[in-house]
Amino acid sequence: MNPANYLLLSGVLFTIGTVGVLLRRNAIVVFMSVELMLNAVNLSLVTFSRLKGTLDGQVIAFFVMVVAAAEVVVGLAIIVTIFRTRRSASVDDANLLKY
Amino acid sequence: MTTVLAQGITHTTGWESAIFYVLGTIAVLAALGLVLARSAIHCALMLVVVQFCLAVFYFVQDAPFLGAVQIIVYAGAIMVLFLFVIMLIGIDSSDSLVEVLRGQRVAAVVLGFGFAGLIVFPTGSAIAGTTAVGLDSANGVGNVQGIARLLFTNYVFAFEIVSALLIIAAVGAMVLGHRERAPRPTQRELSEQRIAGEHPSAWTGPGVYADHDAVDSPALLPDGSPTRASLPENMSQDDIIDVIERVGIEK
Repeated sequence: MNPANYLLLSGVLFTIGTVGVLLRRNAIVVFMSVELMLNAVNLSLVTFSRLKGTLDGQVIAFFVMVVAAAEVVVGLAIIVTIFRTRRSASVDDANLLKY
Repeated sequence: MTTVLAQGITHTTGWESAIFYVLGTIAVLAALGLVLARSAIHCALMLVVVQFCLAVFYFVQDAPFLGAVQIIVYAGAIMVLFLFVIMLIGIDSSDSLVEVLRGQRVAAVVLGFGFAGLIVFPTGSAIAGTTAVGLDSANGVGNVQGIARLLFTNYVFAFEIVSALLIIAAVGAMVLGHRERAPRPTQRELSEQRIAGEHPSAWTGPGVYADHDAVDSPALLPDGSPTRASLPENMSQDDIIDVIERVGIEK
């Protein structure tokens, strides 16, 4: 097996995450799909690191993990705040800015 | 360069291929489960499965530090945070099946297949015959030491910015999650609220001071005027209009 095949797996996982963001209505599940996309990109970064023989890819994957952690903390706080005021976690109900 | 290429890995060892195909299949199936599962809890568990598979891939690909961080931070901390929020806002908050945009699901699936084709086929043809240099020399003094050397030399500025970002995110989450409670009224304020109003005691019942004791005849206040507040709450609007015509309620 060619070691670059991990890139194909990463692409497939990223696509599934994209479809999840488009399909799901629950804000938390949409968020998990975004996490899946970030994880897929991390896999491709680690694979690139191995293909090129330098550790820069792993360092960038590490940064992606840190930024993802910060994003999850703030995003979940926003979801909880919206749920408190509107009693719903559906992304369709948060439409105050629409009209 | 040619010597490096000559040393490069064109094929992985047998056990790595086995791990790739088995865990790759599991990861793709779990990711599909994440998209398709009804309950948010099942979605979270599927995401944990994907993350464990990816952690194994990191270990296999000479990135043991990232593999450990993946398990500790992602599968541990972040997923626990997700589960906390799911429990907080209710497990039964399942997806609504109403399509707000008509045909959106079908379009999303079709576009997903198209996107997968756009990613997988060019990548597949691009990686054909590539060789991997491998991390044996880069990991010479150890993977953690190598990453630390890069973090504190080439990437030290990004590292500091990311640390500031973490603090900002933590403070932001606390600000968003904090709820200012109105101070509870004291017993004195409550009693003053009750006594100092228009009616110093309990509401008079229907019939009090009135010349009828039927339930639809309003009570008279001490000054002799009838009060609508004494009528039953579930009287129909027509009956209330009748009563008003009969006794002429002002209030």
